[in-house]
Amino acid sequence: VKPDLRNNRDLIAGLLFIVLGALAAVLARDYPFGTTMRMGPGYFPTMLGGILLVFGATILLRGIRSGETVKGEWGVRPLAWITLSIVLFGFLLDRVGMVPATVVTLCVAAAAGREFRLKEVLLLAIVMTAFSVAVFSYGLKLPYPLVGSYY
Amino acid sequence: MELLSNLALGFGVAFSLENLAYCFAGVALGTLIGVLPGVGPLVTIAMLFPITFHLPAVPAIIMLAGIFYGAQYGGSTTSILVNLPGETASAVTCIDGYQMARQGRAGPALATAALASFFAGCVGTLLIALAGPTLGEWALKFGAAEYTSLMLMALVASAVMTQGDAVKGLAMVVVGLLIGVVGVDVNSGMARYSFGIPELVDGIGFTVVAVGLFAVAEIVTNLETREPREVYTGKLTGLMPTARDLRDAAWPTVRGTAMGACFGVLPGTGPALSSFATYMLEKKIARDPSRFGRGAIEGVAAPEAANNAAAQTAFIPMLTLGIPATATMALMLAALTLQGIATGPQVMLDKPDLFWGLIASMWIGNCLLVILNLPLVGLWVRLLTVPYRWLFPSLILFCCIGNYSVSNNPFDVYLCALIGVLGYVLVKLECEPAPLLLGYVLGPLLEENLRRALLIARGDPTVFFTRPLSAAFMVATVVILVAMVAPAARGMRRGT
Repeated sequence: VKPDLRNNRDLIAGLLFIVLGALAAVLARDYPFGTTMRMGPGYFPTMLGGILLVFGATILLRGIRSGETVKGEWGVRPLAWITLSIVLFGFLLDRVGMVPATVVTLCVAAAAGREFRLKEVLLLAIVMTAFSVAVFSYGLKLPYPLVGSYY
Repeated sequence: MELLSNLALGFGVAFSLENLAYCFAGVALGTLIGVLPGVGPLVTIAMLFPITFHLPAVPAIIMLAGIFYGAQYGGSTTSILVNLPGETASAVTCIDGYQMARQGRAGPALATAALASFFAGCVGTLLIALAGPTLGEWALKFGAAEYTSLMLMALVASAVMTQGDAVKGLAMVVVGLLIGVVGVDVNSGMARYSFGIPELVDGIGFTVVAVGLFAVAEIVTNLETREPREVYTGKLTGLMPTARDLRDAAWPTVRGTAMGACFGVLPGTGPALSSFATYMLEKKIARDPSRFGRGAIEGVAAPEAANNAAAQTAFIPMLTLGIPATATMALMLAALTLQGIATGPQVMLDKPDLFWGLIASMWIGNCLLVILNLPLVGLWVRLLTVPYRWLFPSLILFCCIGNYSVSNNPFDVYLCALIGVLGYVLVKLECEPAPLLLGYVLGPLLEENLRRALLIARGDPTVFFTRPLSAAFMVATVVILVAMVAPAARGMRRGT
């Protein structure tokens, strides 16, 4: 069996944990370490970083041995649309107001689905925007302008 | 009788109009999201979390709790009628419940599930009322060393007991602990891992982590793998089970309740594992095991009782020790903390109205759930026809609004998107996100207690083994770790 290292599930997971652990340990060197009796702010994170490195290495080695690959495809397309819709909400809300931000987020998020029916999505956007305005702006009195800039 | 006067206080709180309304809202919402596959209580509580800031503490926790145990009721409806778990904890109910529905016995299956759940919910609530004060009094004697070892035990157990690879679970706990480190260190005033970003100096918000990790990652996973949904179209006739059904279901219900109540208290197990373990037990002790999988009523009653009992007793460690056993309980704990309530054994003494009001509301909630789930089952079934392509954009929107409303800062929304990407990658790599959340919630507490314990012990780490209680927790932690490498335990985990 020729091992497929590029899509090896535990190899990727192990690498991810190793990178996070190394990053945590290296960054924590800027914080005073202290002693076991009087721990400085660097003690606990350095310890965690080290432990994570060990776990990461264990997972990585097991991945190379078992050769198990990631199940199914990577859902890059839905992930991209969903992430974009969330980022757009944050970007738009205080610039153009709640109603446009809500409509844009709903439509962009809907694009992540298997099928995109324009009429349905528009109807959903209208209904959910009205619902959100009623609940969040009038019900919970969140202080965002419906349309227009926050500044 | 102190218990009775406490319960009287609790019912006085729970029967106020406001709290009744929030209890009803919670269980109705819980049933709804329990019925809908792909929307779980964890995601819902994470989304509603910011809204609870606007409520007083008691109604907030009553509502959140209602969502959690209400979802256990709703989940069984979908399992029985659609052969798809509305809730992970109801997954085993599919096996025999759906077979009963196919044999035209959907009504009795639903009724059995609801009644078994009701029985288990009431017993579980009673256990909180009985065990809570005793355990709380005991926990008041805990020092920093005991808390450190107890948290270590809870974290290790949650990592090992959740489905999948135990080493990955432990690694996820550590990642969670590291996320908890971000922000100002309380002892030195130094900002850690803030990368010069002012928003990170305050630490990463709870909503950001929970919503990103669970809601965003889960929605993307659902979008990538969608199974066609086939709703049971037969007419629901004859809701009530026969006398024989009731007799057959009685003992499995009791056994399921007992098993579930034990599993609920254990870290990392929760309702899902308890219902599975109960089903296996019933199958093992049945006189005719071949009936299982072909519509055995025991296969509906026992797991449904187990997941409800576990859903209630899971509150015990969270309320009395301030240590959450599952990710959902971690959310509840965070909700209480953000309400300015010091969680732990002192909650019962400082806030008796909260503790006993919550318990009383659980009884009321369980009664409401039977009414909501039995006569109104047709309504919930109709909701099953709502397509997911309408649901998920709305969920994303609520996640965004919720995140933004915590700090009124778009940074939180961006960070949530980033954590969502991380969460999805981790799910794809089969790393369970629940231990990460527990690590993140307990992280600051663990560090503080660890530092304090070692300061008191003058830097001598043997303190964790010389104090008897702390030593017991440490031994338990080691036992769990050893069991992890034993092949028997590995086989059990794989089975879930």
